[in-house]
Amino acid sequence: MKEQLELIQKNALAALEAAETPAALEELRVKLLGKKGELTAVLKLMGKLSPEERPVMGQMANTVRATIEAKLEERKAAINAAVLEAKLAAESIDVTIPGDNVQLGHQHPMNMVLQEIKDIFVGMGYTVVDGPEVELASYNFTRLNIEEGHPSRDRSDTFYFDDNDEVLLRTQTSSMQIRFMENNQPPLCMLAPGRVFRKDEADATHSPMFHQIEGLVVAEHITMGDLKGALITIMNKIYGHDAQVRFRPHHFPFTEPSCEMDMQCHKCHGTGEVDGQVCSTCHGEGWIELLGAGMVHPEVLRNCGIDPEKYSGFAFGIGLERTAMGRLKITDLRLIFDNDVRFLNQF
Amino acid sequence: MKLNRKWINEEFVDLSHVSDKEYVEKLTVFGQKVETWERMDSEIKNVVVGKVLDIVRHENSDHMWVCQIDVGEEEPVQIVTGAQNVKVGDMVPVAKHNSWLPGGVHITKGKLRGVKSNGMLCGLEELGLTQGDFPYAITDGIFIIEEPCNIGDDINTVIGNDDTVVEFEITNNRPDCYSIIGLARESAAAFGKTMRHHEPVVKGSEAGSIFEHLDVEVPAAELCNRYSSRMVANVKIGPSPKWLRQRLRANGVRPINNIVDITNYVMLEYGQPMHAFDYRYVSSGKIVVREAAEGETLTTLDGNVRVLKPGMLVIADENKPIGLAGIMGGENSEILDDTTTVVFESANFNGTSIRQTALALGMRTESSGKFEKNLDPMMTVPAVQRACELVELLECGDVLDGIIDIINYVPAPKTLPLKPEKINRLLGTDISKEDMVKYLNLLEIEVEGDTIHVPSFRPDLNLMADIAEEVGRSYGYNEIPTTAFKTSTQGGYSPEMVLEAKAGTLCRGLGYSEIITYSFVSPTIFDQIRLPANSPLRNTLKIQNPLGEDTSVMRTIAVPSMLDILARNYNYHNKAAKLYEMAKIYLPVEGQALPEEPKMLVLGTYGNNVNFFSLKGELETVFAGLRLKKASYTAVKDNPTYHPGRCAKVTIDGMDVGYLGQIHPLVAKNYGMDCEVYCAEISFTKLLQVQLPAPTYVPLPKYPAVNRDLSLICDETVTVASVEDVIAGAAGKLLRSVRLFDIYRGVGVPAGKKSLAFSLELRADDRTLTDADSEGVVSKVLAALQEKLGASLR
Repeated sequence: MKEQLELIQKNALAALEAAETPAALEELRVKLLGKKGELTAVLKLMGKLSPEERPVMGQMANTVRATIEAKLEERKAAINAAVLEAKLAAESIDVTIPGDNVQLGHQHPMNMVLQEIKDIFVGMGYTVVDGPEVELASYNFTRLNIEEGHPSRDRSDTFYFDDNDEVLLRTQTSSMQIRFMENNQPPLCMLAPGRVFRKDEADATHSPMFHQIEGLVVAEHITMGDLKGALITIMNKIYGHDAQVRFRPHHFPFTEPSCEMDMQCHKCHGTGEVDGQVCSTCHGEGWIELLGAGMVHPEVLRNCGIDPEKYSGFAFGIGLERTAMGRLKITDLRLIFDNDVRFLNQF
Repeated sequence: MKLNRKWINEEFVDLSHVSDKEYVEKLTVFGQKVETWERMDSEIKNVVVGKVLDIVRHENSDHMWVCQIDVGEEEPVQIVTGAQNVKVGDMVPVAKHNSWLPGGVHITKGKLRGVKSNGMLCGLEELGLTQGDFPYAITDGIFIIEEPCNIGDDINTVIGNDDTVVEFEITNNRPDCYSIIGLARESAAAFGKTMRHHEPVVKGSEAGSIFEHLDVEVPAAELCNRYSSRMVANVKIGPSPKWLRQRLRANGVRPINNIVDITNYVMLEYGQPMHAFDYRYVSSGKIVVREAAEGETLTTLDGNVRVLKPGMLVIADENKPIGLAGIMGGENSEILDDTTTVVFESANFNGTSIRQTALALGMRTESSGKFEKNLDPMMTVPAVQRACELVELLECGDVLDGIIDIINYVPAPKTLPLKPEKINRLLGTDISKEDMVKYLNLLEIEVEGDTIHVPSFRPDLNLMADIAEEVGRSYGYNEIPTTAFKTSTQGGYSPEMVLEAKAGTLCRGLGYSEIITYSFVSPTIFDQIRLPANSPLRNTLKIQNPLGEDTSVMRTIAVPSMLDILARNYNYHNKAAKLYEMAKIYLPVEGQALPEEPKMLVLGTYGNNVNFFSLKGELETVFAGLRLKKASYTAVKDNPTYHPGRCAKVTIDGMDVGYLGQIHPLVAKNYGMDCEVYCAEISFTKLLQVQLPAPTYVPLPKYPAVNRDLSLICDETVTVASVEDVIAGAAGKLLRSVRLFDIYRGVGVPAGKKSLAFSLELRADDRTLTDADSEGVVSKVLAALQEKLGASLR
């Protein structure tokens, strides 16, 4: 009997090893371990053994059964794995085929830069406001200390809608200083981006319509040092921390003292020369003008019902086109309003 | 304003030790921004003074000469010239081998008709000069130098090119800086130095008094603040001396003759425009400063006949205008070679009037450019004195005694209190009073105790903030410590801006790119989009002085701007475009000066098989993303911009918010597009009013839903929206959603009919629905569909 069991085990293991498919395995399982299987048939002869032999043979039979079962499981796992592998192999694809075409739209490059600037200011406590583009001369000029007869009021510079030169297309977002101060009391921090209009023919650097970003801060004890601090912080955020800036005195009717802020030319690093040639980015100046700013003129505060003895403030105006063109290396202003999709898709 | 540094160094403050770069940077950060600067000798290189040693005929030419020139080198240089005015012993400009002349002309050695020529002899023109610069030289020959010079000298030194010309951008609050003296003052102060001043002294003559010859009247007192005049007799017209000519030339002024050069020189030096009249043409010896009469004419020095009108200021004699005040003299009183008696005018005119006259006549001049800044009326007398002093210095006439000086307006002397603590508080600095006084004194602003005496040349100084700027820039803007202020303001965006940003993100997510277009449009757009003649949208704001017709009205509708851009991309052969714009429109309001400026969200697309439903689906997605109330769409046949069968009006919460559809093929054709174009125009400003309330959690369903599909047959004319409405009305509260999933026409469906398949989702919150429940709903729905729309199960 012992020989029989050993033979069954030997043959079974060999047969299992040779089985290739789940079906062949199942067939073997029935043949070997089933109720009518070889092992069962041998066990049925157990009763004929002596009481001494019976437990020995019983134990041996169990071992044989366990060995066969283990082998069966092992083969089953192996064959399943092979089947799966074959299936997956058959399912393989060319992963270099392009993905399904989902087209994402693009933000206009200028608004992209504007959004970035607005977010920086909002983080610094500024309220973003919008206002009328068709404006009264009173807001655009008079209350900003720009008197009647000032050249910027000329019809060669400003678009008018009426005979009395009272209704116009705003030439600067500074009109929003007046509108904001009229309706808000200090402390106040305003940012007013928007369209402005001047009578310039469109060319590579001019457009009759362009954009400015006006900033205004009015509170007690605001100093020119604060103006510098705020602008340097902002420019570092926009242009990176290694941006070198300088302040120059300038003149605006609605700020005093007034200044302009320049950034050192990123191309020639302030030398004005690239490879012995005049730097094309800064035209040899070594600096690029960024914005105009200044301390709010006391008369402007008074025009808005704010006491200049108690409050002071600063204002600044950033040219958005110039900033965006500098940031994105756009060489012709007309591209911005041309809206060619081949241009828009680059950003 | 141009400035040559040598003039300042020689006459006012010696800054010759300061390099050009340092000078330019210092003045710029001091507040006088330098636009450009240039060494005058940068164009001419390797050109020297040579002496003609020998000259012989060219062997192969009957007009050329072969010269041996000593240029200070071991060997003489052989040069061939075609000029006929060169003699042995002449000093001439020699452009040696490998030299450069103005205009990038490069001179190298070569052969002229077989004879070696190692350079070129130069005439005036080749050196960038005119006869005005060197009146003794001829124009069509070699420049025979009569200046004191040595063989081998750099020609730049000889002709006065050893100078730097700096061009400043002068801000219009600083009329004083439109002068050499003003810029010298700024230059000196910038370097902490005191400048020298020169008080003009006129010796006078025995030639009599101005009062015997001239009478001046100023009836137009409002437009002429001051009129100062002196006369010169026995004038000898001739060229000015070299130093004067060179200073003019360096400042870009062409020398003409001594009297005219003097007026130009004083204008540069003092910033006071001057004019010289030939006395013999001043009829009856009377000058009248008055407004022009309507239609009066004057031929100005440039030879043009000017037709004048009241409001324009003229200088006239008894009968006729002889000059356009502050702009240009008249041809009829011009200084000529035989002029013997001269009237110098040094006046102060109203700046705005001069500017407007110059603008109206289209003749902005150096003089009018200065006057329009409103000059200092205290300057007229020193300037005319200086002119007379120069006449005596140049020995070109006898100055008559006396000055006619008519004063209508001079500003009262102004004082301001010096308040150092307020200045420091505004600047954020800690500058001592002593330093402030020092800064102001360097700018020639006197301080007495705590009182600032504002000089007449600084009309821009009116309050503490103005003084703070002077102190601040002297201290250095870049030295002011940088600080961070603290305020309690909370920044942020308005709800409209937040929604706008969200809408932009949604549009881009759907493949639309953003465009930016002009606010002003052509009035022809209304015809282009086939808007009826009586459409209220044709009521626009019109720009009175537009750049052109194309940009002359403010848009009242944003679709044409989109069509413009789509058409442009179509013309660029871009196969497809999906674009959006957040566009303001400008709607006039009766009885109100300013229009309303609502914003429109415009989507526009062509190509890539777009159709009505692709655009509609995208619009619905944008609406869903913006969390708007449910929009309904009704067919519109009478919007002439759109295809009459493919246009819908969009309504939300009972409010019409816009349109979407296919652009009418005729409109597309008007824009030069031969393809299907789709647009949606939605009033973004209105969308703010139809937002859903902020979401709150609704418990998830506990019981399963039942889906029932209904396949219906109905007339072609029945709309999907009407079927949905009937289903929703009849189904009751168990209905959770209705969704169209198929439209079928063809085999099995009779002509004129269509099959619509809907999926109904039914669910109760408190129990699982039975078959009876859903059957009940379906039969109610079918009954209603049959009754109201004649629709039945297929």
